This record gives sequence, C-alpha cells and structure tokens, in this order.
Amino acid sequence: MKQKHNPRHIKLQSQVPDEWFRWKERDQNQAEVVSRPSLSYWQDAWKRLVKNKLAMSGLFFLIVLVIMAIIGPIVSPYEVNKTDLPNQYQAPSAEHWFGTDSHGRDVFTRTWYGARISLFVGFMAALIDVTIGIIYGGISGYKGGRTDNIMMRIIEILYGLPYLLVVILLLVVLGPSLTTIIIALTVTGWVGMARIVRGQVLQIKNYEFVLASKSFGTRSSRIIRKNLLPNAMGPIIVQMTLTVPSAIFAEAFLSFIGLGIQAPYASWGVMANDSLGAILSGNWWTLFFPAFFISFTMFAFNVLGDGLQDALDPKLRK
Amino acid sequence: MEKILDVKDLHVTFSTYGGTVQAVRGVNFHLNKGETLAIVGESGCGKSVTSNAIMRLIPNPPGKIADGKIMFKGKDLTKVSEKKMRSIRGVDISMIFQDPMTALNPTLTIGTQLMEGLRQHQQVSREKAKKRALEMMDLVGIPNPEERLKQYPHQFSGGMRQRIVIAIALICEPELLIADEPTTALDVTIQAQILELFEKIQDITGVSIILITHDLGVVAKIADRIAVMYAGKIVETGTKRDIFYNPEHPYTKGLLKSVPRLDVQGEKLIPIDGTPPDLFSPPKGCPFAPRCPFAMEVCNKMYPDAVELNESHQVNCWLQDERGKKLLAMKATN
Amino acid sequence: MLRYMLKRLLIMVITLWIIVTLTFVLMVSIPGSPFNSDQTSNEIVQANLERHYNLDKPYHIQYLLYLKSIATLEFGPSIKQPNQTVNDLLGRGFPISFELGIVTIIVAVVSGIILGILAALRHNGIIDYMAMGIAVLGISIPNFILATLLIQQLAVNLEWFPVATWSSPKHMVLPVLALATGPMAIIARLTRSTMLEVLTQDYIKMARAKGLTPWKVIMKHALRNALMPVVTIMGTLLAGILTGTFVIEQIFAIPGMGKYFVESINHRDYPVIMGTTVFYSAFLIIMLFLVDIAYGILDPRIKVNNKEGE
Repeated sequence: MKQKHNPRHIKLQSQVPDEWFRWKERDQNQAEVVSRPSLSYWQDAWKRLVKNKLAMSGLFFLIVLVIMAIIGPIVSPYEVNKTDLPNQYQAPSAEHWFGTDSHGRDVFTRTWYGARISLFVGFMAALIDVTIGIIYGGISGYKGGRTDNIMMRIIEILYGLPYLLVVILLLVVLGPSLTTIIIALTVTGWVGMARIVRGQVLQIKNYEFVLASKSFGTRSSRIIRKNLLPNAMGPIIVQMTLTVPSAIFAEAFLSFIGLGIQAPYASWGVMANDSLGAILSGNWWTLFFPAFFISFTMFAFNVLGDGLQDALDPKLRK
Repeated sequence: MEKILDVKDLHVTFSTYGGTVQAVRGVNFHLNKGETLAIVGESGCGKSVTSNAIMRLIPNPPGKIADGKIMFKGKDLTKVSEKKMRSIRGVDISMIFQDPMTALNPTLTIGTQLMEGLRQHQQVSREKAKKRALEMMDLVGIPNPEERLKQYPHQFSGGMRQRIVIAIALICEPELLIADEPTTALDVTIQAQILELFEKIQDITGVSIILITHDLGVVAKIADRIAVMYAGKIVETGTKRDIFYNPEHPYTKGLLKSVPRLDVQGEKLIPIDGTPPDLFSPPKGCPFAPRCPFAMEVCNKMYPDAVELNESHQVNCWLQDERGKKLLAMKATN
Repeated sequence: MLRYMLKRLLIMVITLWIIVTLTFVLMVSIPGSPFNSDQTSNEIVQANLERHYNLDKPYHIQYLLYLKSIATLEFGPSIKQPNQTVNDLLGRGFPISFELGIVTIIVAVVSGIILGILAALRHNGIIDYMAMGIAVLGISIPNFILATLLIQQLAVNLEWFPVATWSSPKHMVLPVLALATGPMAIIARLTRSTMLEVLTQDYIKMARAKGLTPWKVIMKHALRNALMPVVTIMGTLLAGILTGTFVIEQIFAIPGMGKYFVESINHRDYPVIMGTTVFYSAFLIIMLFLVDIAYGILDPRIKVNNKEGE
C-alpha cells in the first residue's frame, strides 16, 4: 500500500481519474451546517418523555383516573353511602360492577368517590408543598449568606422530625378531617421541596445570564420569577410527581390506623381498612378494588416521575 | 529498533440509540522500545478511544474493537482472553488518566491504592509491598512518604495526586505507559513539573510511553515521534522534527498555526474553520476535506493511501499525488 | 470529625426538644383537656394523671416537670388501662417490635443492595428490567395492602405460613416480607443508580487498568462509594419501617408496641399516644444521629470537609 518517496512521480491509487483533481467549489455554508434543528428545553423533554412507554402509560392511567373520578360517581346509579343491607357482599356483576361491601354499598361508586378524595389530598398536599417550598427555598438560596445559613439550620432540624409521627400527633389533636389531614401532611412535607428549590437556585444563581440581568439592576423578585424559577422547574416537577403518591400513601396509611377521613367520605384507605376482615371470608373484591387503585396510582406516579426525571435531566441531552 | 507495540488497521465502534459511531477507523501506528509517541488531535478525534482499546478497556457494550490487530510483544491483544489481559494490565501496560481529581478512589488510602496492583499481580508480603510503595513515592517526588501513605486523596493537591497516579501506574514496572492527557487538568507550572517527571522516569526505567494530548506544547517537550489524528484516522506521523518543521498534511499545518509560538515574532494565530465531521456517518473521502483550504474533488470521493516521505515521515493526503502537486504549483504561480 | 459529631449532637438535642415541646403544647391545647374526669373511668387513673402531669400547677411549671419526667424516661400513665404506664407497655411491646424491625432492616438492606448491584452490572439487561420492575412494584404497593395480599394468598389459600401472631420464625416470614419490600425497593433503586454512576468514574477505570479482577473492582472500589447514598437514606427508611410496624402488627395481630400505639389512637388514650410518640421520636432521632456518625466514618472527606450547605 505504501508508496516510496519520490518527489515528482507518485500516483496514489492510480485508478483515480485525473479529472477528479480539480479544486473543489467552496460552499460557504458547509462548514457551519447545524446538525439538527434546535428544540426548546420543554419540547426536547416532551419528545423524550413520549418515547418512554412506561411513563406514558402511567400518564394515560392518571388521565383516565382523573376523568373517572369526575364522572364515575355521576354516571353510577348508586349513591356513595346508601346502605343496602339485604344486598351485602354481592360479587361483581352487571348491576354492581365492582360488587358491594359489608353494608351493601356499591364498590364501583365508592371507588371513584375514593379517587376524588385521594387525588384531592395528593394534589393539594403537593401544591401547598410546592408553594411553601419555592418561597422558602427560593429566598434561602437567593439571599445566601447568613439568611441561608439560619434557614438551612431550621430545615435540618425539621428534616430530623419523624414525619408520620408528627402527622399522627397533629391529627390526634386536631381531629381527622379532609382539611386537617392536608394541613398535617404539609406541616413538615414542604421541607424536601424547599431543599430542592434552594439547591437549584444556588446552582443557577451563578450562571452568566442571571449575573447579567443582575448587573442591569433587575429587581430580585423579577430575577427569581423570570430566570430562576423556569430553570429550576424540572426538578420541582419531578419532586411534585413524587409528593403526590406519598401523600396518597400517607392518607391511606392514616385511614388504616383510624385517623383517616371520616364518614360520609370514603377514601381508598378507609375502604381498604373496612374490608380487612372481608378478605378472610372470601369477599375479595371489597379489598381488591381500593387496593388495586391505591397501588396502581402510586405506580403510575412513580413511573411518570422517573420518566420526567430522565426527560428533564439536561445531562442526558445529547 | 525493536517494536514494542504495533497497531494495525484498528477499528472501534460504539452502538448507541442514534446509530453506530465509528470512533476509530483504521488506525496504524507503532511504538519503539524506550521512545515516546504522542498522539495529537482535537477532542473527539478518537485518540482516547485508541488508548482504551490498547488496554482493552472499551466498555462493551456499547463499544467494541470491530477490526484490526494490536500486536504487543508478539501477542495480538485483541485476541487474548480477558483473564490473560488482566495479567497484562498494570504489569506490562499501565495507564494514566486525565483528571487526577477523579482517578483516585476517594474512600481508600493512597497506600492501599498504590499497593493493591502489586499485591494483585505479585505474591509479595505486605512489608515488601510497602517498601516498594515507599520507593515509588520517592521516585515521583512525594515528601514524607511514610506518613502520606496513610492519607486519603482529598488531602493532596492536584499535582501531588497526579504524581501518585503515576506511581500507581509504574509500581509493577510496566514496559508501556499510556498517558491520556496527563497534564490537561493541571496548572501550567505543575504541568512542567509532571512533564519533567515523565522524562526522569523514562531515563530511569526505560519505559515506552504513548502520550495522548491535544496540547502541542506538551508534545514539543517530551515526544520523540508524533501521530496526528483526525476524525478516527491518523493523517500524518513523523518524528518531532518532521512534524514541527516539515508538516505536510493541511490539518497538521493548521494545528501548528493555531498554537502561539514564543520564538516567532509578530506571528498571527490562524484558527481552523469549521468542526470535525459527524462520526455516525463519516465521509468516505478525506474527513478533513470540508475544512481544508486545498480540498479537491478527489478528496471527497476517496481516502488517500499513506505516502512515505522519509523512513519516519508518513502522510495521507491527495496533495502528495503528482496531479495534486501540479494543481498546487499552478495555484502558487497564479 | 469531632466538630461534625458535635454539630450533629446539637441538632439531635434540638430536634428532641422540639418534639417534646410539641407534644406538650398539643396536649394542653386539646379542646376540653384530655384529662377530664369524664374521659377517665377510674379514680386511680385520675390520681395517676394528676400526679404525673401536675395538673394543678401553672403551665410553665407543668412544662418543666414534664421535661424532667421525659429526661428520666418516665413516659406517663394510661387513661384507659388502670395501673398501666406507657413504660409498662413499652417494656412488653417494644422488644417484639424491635425484633420485627431488625429482621426487616437486615432483609431489606441485604436483598436491596444485591438486587441493585445485579441490576447495575447487567444494565439494560433482563435482570435489570426484572429487578427494577420488582422495585417499582415494591414502592407502589403500600405495606398494609401487600400484607393482606400475602395473608390471603400464602396463608389462607396455600396455607404455607400461619395467618397471624408472633411465636416462631415461620410466623415472622409474612410480616417481615410485607414490611421489608418497600424499603428493599428503595434501596435497590438507589444502589443501582449510584452504582451506575460510580462505575463510570475514572477511579473504576483506573482500578481496572491495574488489572484487578472484576470482583475486586466492584467490592473494593465501586460498592463502598455506591453505598454512601444508601447510608444517608437509612434514617428515612428506619422511620418508614417503624411507622410500618403500626399497621403490620395490627394486621398480623403481633403484640408489639405498634399495636398498642394504634389501639391507643383508636381509644384516644392521649397520654399513651404522647408518651409513645416521644419515645419513638427519640429512638428515631438517636438512630438518625448514629447514621450520620456512621456516614462520617465511612466517608473520609467528612473529616476536613465541614463546609456547610453540602
């Protein structure tokens, strides 16, 4: 293959025709071809999320669940708390799709009613967590220095408090109701969110574009709203998708130990607790439906959260 | 001269979701005993992949050595078993990594990390291993070795850590040392010290060195021979003198012009326009053609064979063809 | 290291103080006071309460005396069960709960770590998908649902294991399985993700370049670094397992502290609720402190790197 050095007469790969030896037309733009169309951060993330089948099926399940939570109790001919003792423990049938429970109440209706409660608790808890977390974490991270130091010490101490024990304590005193459960869940629940927001703000604060708008004399609140929050949104959304299922779990757990939402409401946790005995007598459906929906909702949120985490992580952006 | 390493037509590919990346596409070079070969090129040109291929440290999957031979002391390293390869790593061939901050395990003491290679390969007692470790610490110039052995990486500065990394690489007295950008992550003053350490070590141990770098300053200091790599191919090889004083490939020339030189007054720095090609679908012709000021039509159509300009100097460029030379001469007269 | 430990100790003491104060404040703010004679059915109980809580004294004296009783590990009497104190209940129930908890932790940690490592080493392989499938299910299914599921299938239908109570190793299987699955899943996921990250580090490549065997590279270089984050979540996991015992003990009729606690909640036996909460919190906070110390020992960087905010 190698050709010996001979300054005048080398013909490399002699089959190459002579007419190929012409200067190439220089295309001015060629060197600067952009390899792929640039997508915005959110478009890009969405594209990646759509590719994740598990996360998308989680999202689909949640959308169906929300729709059923809204229309389920309306389309059902039965009332949520209408007891019908002669018809207790009916197996699933054409009349009662999910069967009836120990009081003859329709499990199908109660399940969607429970979905309302569980989703409401989950979303409200997440919303309040985010609000407090963003304000607290934003201030702590943005101000920095002494303020940050003190605020972080407070967080560190709150973080050490056993979450569910505090919630139990509060509920024992306040008495269980929808409002008190949400309050109890958020009293210490926002701490995790505040930590994440602070971490993001600290990181983004030193980016050039933030420093630049600072040097123009932009007001702090504007910088936080326009620059920091949109950039910190990814991890916040991921944290939210994980807060919702943990709030749903907490509500179910509290129902289970007798601190749940009281009648006339029916949450999934209350339904599951009520039907514990039934399972031994073979009336599996009374437990199965609430248990299935608690688990599947948590599952859907978890896989969606995982998918979002992967989709929103700029490190994975190629 | 005895060839210690001879790489022939090496191809390395990585399969990713986006397709197959042809990171190294037919690389040929050799290394003589006791010499230092520098592989120079922009980031992403395949030089680190080449060095990982020699160590057989390409993560598989997704990467694999698709074709070619790596002859080391008569054995083809692409063919030996993984077990055999382990007995070669660290013993016959060692490697130094770019960033000394991350190359050392933060949770193990320096002493443990220094001695474990020795204890893996040679059945030596703890005392003997320690004695050897102390010798190595002394060789690479770390004061208070006895005390330092018990410390953790975070207690050392960047330059000191790189010295330790070098000591770890050399403790089993390898014949070949591959240094992947060994000074890139260091301060300029520390860089010079580390380069001097390389020279000293080569004098004492006679180890052959492959130096992977993008920094021509480093090359000028310690390399004997240079291979210039571009888009997965070696486009020019030669002695330091060949490359620095008689570069033939337009890319090599471009590289040299883009580096500031202290010995030439009033010299203008000229960057190379454009970016390297996408290695998902590498061009079938010369990959440098789109950026080359002397590109001809042939350059896009076919990759040129190597031309031997003297016994040490080789280049792959169509301008070496008599017809290309004629065209160049005409341009000069016009 | 000493500074780090002292700082952790200080935070621990403050957290404990907050919990104790919180219980006190909540107790005195319960509408109508939990210690009314109509709540208690028994004169002995009323007398016990008066003595323990010094109800005749002003609040600040009550508070100080309460702090003192907590400091001397006197958690107070029960309203519903005469001649019973929280200490009696703890003495009876806690050893059983502790046993359940310890077995659960061991099972969760060992199986979680193994599952996580296997998944990471076979990244994107069948084992990885299977392990992560198990993990996502484990995180999604609440322990009380898993418990009833296990009882129905393995105890009632297949009769492999006893339905309830706590008397032999065979009795332990189902409750431990129900309680350990969640934490195991969390550990497995965390181990996998940190392991994957650690495996891309230069020092792993360096260890391989030394010619170490894959086993040594993983056990000596990767695992220790990959397990650091697992240590940091141990506190949270412990809290989860502890609260999990409340429901698991109830479902399996295990006579542990958790069962008494849930009963006291259902009976609104306030002194027992408060006393047990304080005890549990103290237990958890001390565990959290020990975890922090363990982390400090495992990671040599902590010793000098006392910088805040990390």
